Amino acid sequence: MTMIDRRDFLKLAGLAGVTFVAGTGCAATGMGSSSDEFHFVQLSDTHWGFTGDAANPDAAGTLQKAVAAVNSLVEQPDFVVFTGDLTHNTDDPKERRRRLAQFKEIVSQLKVKNVRFMPGEHDGSLDKSAAYQELFGATHYTFNHKGVHFIALDNVSDPRGRLGEEQLQWLQADVKQQKTDTQIIVLTHRPLFDLYPQWDWATGDGKQAVDILLQHPKVSVFYGHIHQEHHFKTGHIDHHASKSLIFALPAPGSVPKRAAINWNPAMPYDGLGFREVEFDKSYANIEIKEYPVKRG
Amino acid sequence: MLRMILAYCVTTAVLAIFVYMGLTEYSLRAAESGERVIKITAHKFDYTPNEIRLKKDETVVLEFTSSDVDHGFNVPELGLRADVLPGKTTRIRFTALKAGKFEVHCDNFCGVNHEEMGGMVVVE
Ligand SMILES: [Cu+2]
Repeated sequence: MTMIDRRDFLKLAGLAGVTFVAGTGCAATGMGSSSDEFHFVQLSDTHWGFTGDAANPDAAGTLQKAVAAVNSLVEQPDFVVFTGDLTHNTDDPKERRRRLAQFKEIVSQLKVKNVRFMPGEHDGSLDKSAAYQELFGATHYTFNHKGVHFIALDNVSDPRGRLGEEQLQWLQADVKQQKTDTQIIVLTHRPLFDLYPQWDWATGDGKQAVDILLQHPKVSVFYGHIHQEHHFKTGHIDHHASKSLIFALPAPGSVPKRAAINWNPAMPYDGLGFREVEFDKSYANIEIKEYPVKRG
Repeated sequence: MLRMILAYCVTTAVLAIFVYMGLTEYSLRAAESGERVIKITAHKFDYTPNEIRLKKDETVVLEFTSSDVDHGFNVPELGLRADVLPGKTTRIRFTALKAGKFEVHCDNFCGVNHEEMGGMVVVE
């Protein structure tokens, strides 16, 4: 039985929610015994160092609340990723390092110790991520987790928002090495597709990256940058933008100017949040759960 | 080894000829047709002029330069983009094929107010 058949069967039988016998699931989808349910948490666009009461009067306290919210999850994630714009940009290299260091100190309070980072243009575009690398290391890298292959791409260290030829070649070589049935998850800051280039919601050479990823049958992309939840498909690849943890931005092209949505005193932290990404045993389904900064 | 050096020299020479031909052809064409030249200077965080007016189907030469740091000039709806760099002039021959108002944005992260850096191309 394929995954979809099984779901339909469960629905028809009125059994949704009942745990299926694990062995059957693995055999049916041809996965090895290494596969295992897990979830990770994505946080994005925390912009530590941002000031502006109209957009967020608690700019100096929102990141800590997000850390507390993740720590309060009953089932702790296997790991946490921050998809860029950890800090808000500054022209002063000393201040940039101070903000990155403060950010690092605050997120060290996460219970989960497996934490992955990548830069956004606010962290890295003014110094080609020099300060970022001093504190967080490489800006693009891969890792494997329970049989899923993760690729972090850097489309911000070049201030024009490009990946560059070298990184594209590196990506091509890496994708080629993956087995056909391996699930690939790409983590990056800017959208790889042309979401709304008028607002710079794109990656200059993102199409080349998407073309490379299209060679692989199982790819999902998780990114940030646009400060709102957004889901889009290019071919069989789905792209999921995450909310911000500092201020929300309007839907692409919905207003003449891209500007922060004002803080709503009646609904503090509205539009901000983080997400949980869950993999079932077969990795045939990826479930995304959105969480607010403050619960209740 | 000698053959490699020879091959390198030939390639360089051929490239140089092409570049030279390209440049000559370019300046001849611009001179012959008397295309309008529009100079645009970028600076933190604006363009001078901020608005460019073009006629539909008119071919112009846009000359970009920056008075401070690296900027970009991007009009996605017109398929027009240029690197705008200090101490350097970027020339682009451009024909607007549709009328309307098109927003320009800087697509080279240039500092604190980069996200507000924009302009307008008006095609009549
Ligand atoms: Cu600029």
